[in-house]
Amino acid sequence: MKLFLTIQRDVVKRPLISQVVLETGVLINVERAHIDANEGWVLIDVPEKEQARISSRLTELGVEVKKLENAVLHDEHECVECGACLSICPQEVFCFDADFHLVVREERCILCGQCVCACPHQALSIRQ
Amino acid sequence: MAKSIDEINLKIRDGSAVVVTAEEMPDIVSELGEEGALREVDVVTTGTFGAMCSSGAFLNFGHADPPIRMERIWLNDVEAYAGIAAVDAYIGATQESTTEGSKYGGAHVIEDLVSGKQIELRAISKGTDCYPRRTITTELLLEDLNQAVMVNPRNAYQCYNAATNRSDRTLNTYMGLLLSNSGNISYSGAGLLSPLANDPHFNLIGSGVPLFIGGGEGIIVGEGTQSSPSNGFGTLMVAGNLTSMSPDYLRAASLTGYGVSLYVGLGIALPMLNIEAVRNSAVRDEDLVTSIVDYGTPRRDRPVVRTVTYAELKSGHVDIDGEMVRTSSMSSFSHARQVANDLKSLVEEGSFTVALPTRRIDTDKRSHPMRETRQTPRVREIMNPAVVTITEDESVKTAARKLLKGETNHLPVIDLQGRLVGIITTYDISKSVLLKGDSLSVSDIMSKKVVVVRADEAVDVAAQRLEQHNISALPVVDGEFHVIGILNAVDLGKLFSRRWQP
Repeated sequence: MKLFLTIQRDVVKRPLISQVVLETGVLINVERAHIDANEGWVLIDVPEKEQARISSRLTELGVEVKKLENAVLHDEHECVECGACLSICPQEVFCFDADFHLVVREERCILCGQCVCACPHQALSIRQ
Repeated sequence: MAKSIDEINLKIRDGSAVVVTAEEMPDIVSELGEEGALREVDVVTTGTFGAMCSSGAFLNFGHADPPIRMERIWLNDVEAYAGIAAVDAYIGATQESTTEGSKYGGAHVIEDLVSGKQIELRAISKGTDCYPRRTITTELLLEDLNQAVMVNPRNAYQCYNAATNRSDRTLNTYMGLLLSNSGNISYSGAGLLSPLANDPHFNLIGSGVPLFIGGGEGIIVGEGTQSSPSNGFGTLMVAGNLTSMSPDYLRAASLTGYGVSLYVGLGIALPMLNIEAVRNSAVRDEDLVTSIVDYGTPRRDRPVVRTVTYAELKSGHVDIDGEMVRTSSMSSFSHARQVANDLKSLVEEGSFTVALPTRRIDTDKRSHPMRETRQTPRVREIMNPAVVTITEDESVKTAARKLLKGETNHLPVIDLQGRLVGIITTYDISKSVLLKGDSLSVSDIMSKKVVVVRADEAVDVAAQRLEQHNISALPVVDGEFHVIGILNAVDLGKLFSRRWQP
């Protein structure tokens, strides 16, 4: 399960994720991160059953935690199911079912935005 | 055994014709044999749904009062060709908006018209005695036009090369996003459903044959432009009535970094007259071979990486040099299937009959490249061969002196064998002054990743490369990476401004 962490300036310099990993013993996969001197955000992937524990500990440490849902928006009206998005997504969010209909596994999305540019029909967008 | 076209049309009209899609046909032929399939099946329907840039429509607007001979016409700010009398225009799919650029183009105008949306027409004229009016602006719906005839010079490619990119830079092409270092493969075409794949010798497909296009009925005009059936790249020129079409089968597209295109759904119903027709329509994806070419080479003749079948392409992964590379399709197979199924229903209902070509398409034809009477200038002709270089172990101070003396901003760095190993610019020197400039050598501050050009490359390629990397000079190297010159953006600029002077 993916969690989107917003880290404010007062705690941004602390090794928060390492601390939570050590305390909980849960392996956290950092999928994307953007940190600067003032603040930052981090996209992490954690096992579903550990999500509550990780979230509450991070919240205690001053991190705003949101579950990442509906990360990629698929406009079924614009989409023609060509499949241009299939090979360019680093997370393999998109695939075809047996009938060549597009399946969007949005829970895999890491918000990279590559598919937004690659879609010839402007049918994909990323939640900001 | 053979059947006549009249027999088949009789069965279509009385609702007894057996119609299958080109996807169903291979298994039927496997099961019943060719003779059996010929007895059983009357019509095989094909379909494709993909980006067909070479599309557009002739529009007739009727006369205004006072009348105007419209010399230039814009539809929702997309220019349509108006050099055809006074009140007609041809809107081409790839023409881009003067205000919105590649986000909106001729394809979008066509889709909007077919969707029942209102279009703004603007036109200008110099004014004549018979057509005194000089400007006009008006809003139009598709139903306000006298004629709206889609005429697509080149659709339904018999075969289409797949694309990969062996360069180290992501490319935006008409084959979509091509990731660097063969990161993906992009292909187009419906494979076994594709009309011309089911009639490769053009026995059944030719001038005057009806077709399903954009959701309406149209007709094959004949050989498409750029058609090259002798090497498997035949195309068709097709026409259809825009007013009968639907946005479900005509969809405007905008390809990042490339431009506008129109996705067209198109299908042809093939009458099963004889064994050869049956055999051809039994083609499978495993039988259809195309080439994967390297779009990283910006030349007309791009190197072929390997050949591949549509079955492999559709599987989602293709092996290139031992690595499984993911594939993407630019055309829609689910929509191609929809076209073939819709056409099947129309034939079954008796509302779509079949016809033989009134004129056959020349299958010996091979398209040739453009005759160029003037060679595009090569880098060699405008590069500066008197290039000043420096070696890696010299001091930054020496570099600064050389830059000042040579009145240049770029200093290629070479090793003892004279091979290019880096580049330094006046910017790198200024930056090093802020560090401890005196004690540094060239190798400490040079950029090691140098973008280069070869002397025999076209200047247009060099210009594109400068723009892509946002740099202002390219060292020119030979096969051994020896620096033989330098190409400056300023010299290129001079050349292009000269070339485009009328």
